[in-house]
Amino acid sequence: MEAHAHAPAAVHDEHSHPSAGLYAKVGLVLFVLTALEVGLYEITYGDHAGPFGNQVQPFFVPLLLLMSAAKFALVAMFYMHLKQDSKLFSGVFVFPLIIAIIIVVSLIVLMAYHFAFAKTG
Amino acid sequence: MTATATAHAGPAHLETSTGLDSRKVAIWTFIGSECLFFATLISNYLVHKETWLSGPGPFPHEVWKSPTGQVFEPIIEIPLVTLGTALLLFSSLFIVLALAGAQRGSHKALVGWLAATIFCGMFFVGMQVYEFTHFVHKGLTLHTNLFGASFFTLTGFHGTHVTIGVIWLITLWILALRGKIPPEKSLNLEIAALYWHFVDVVWIVIFPVVYLIK
Repeated sequence: MEAHAHAPAAVHDEHSHPSAGLYAKVGLVLFVLTALEVGLYEITYGDHAGPFGNQVQPFFVPLLLLMSAAKFALVAMFYMHLKQDSKLFSGVFVFPLIIAIIIVVSLIVLMAYHFAFAKTG
Repeated sequence: MTATATAHAGPAHLETSTGLDSRKVAIWTFIGSECLFFATLISNYLVHKETWLSGPGPFPHEVWKSPTGQVFEPIIEIPLVTLGTALLLFSSLFIVLALAGAQRGSHKALVGWLAATIFCGMFFVGMQVYEFTHFVHKGLTLHTNLFGASFFTLTGFHGTHVTIGVIWLITLWILALRGKIPPEKSLNLEIAALYWHFVDVVWIVIFPVVYLIK
């Protein structure tokens, strides 16, 4: 194989990464989302739980999963450079990720079904 | 959010059929396979949540009283783990700043931010060692109950990944100190950074699943 002096367009795109300012903004958003997650836990189940916590309880898990997904996407898009890099990398990452989500959801549904029958006989 | 592109010197590439560096394709493939690995461990943890309350304790969020009258308080310590989580997130920021430094040839930024990343990683591993020791003293081991087995397996494998990442980053930091990571070799750091970010995103999922969701 021969070394290229001129990088092809696809390769050049790989190296157009975000600026330090954008990295810091993403870091701030990640920090705020983590604080919100823990804050949500505290007002729902923690030492500071009150009447408002009871109202939030039905939305607790969906909200946590939503914030977690947002953090996951931010790290993958900006810190792992999937937004700027070749789409091949996104495919290689996202395809098994979708299978992984299907595995988790299927097993939860399967076990929930199993326990529902085990309880009702 | 607008992505502001920064032009910098990239490493010399070998010609491949995709036009992409094979090492980078390899690390992404590895990360893809790791998604499936952690998915099985997270599934294992979640599906056993339903059954472990039959005992014996202790449990993450619930008080459990044994037939002999011994009371086990909830075992999870949110503040300490939150601090570890925050530092792991910051370490992801620090390593991209180290990478940006390496790509523009700033030795000071590379060495400094990489050291900060290593410090955060070491704190996280230390936090986990403390947590595991604390749990064992409270009566929770791998053999105590389903929670113990699935918790130690999931977080233990993650901690092992963090430890491997820290060792990898320390070797790169030593190379950086010796000036052996010039801009054209920054891909070596980028590959380690991708692994490190993956370890971070896995924890982004584990943290709410294990520590926050009751």
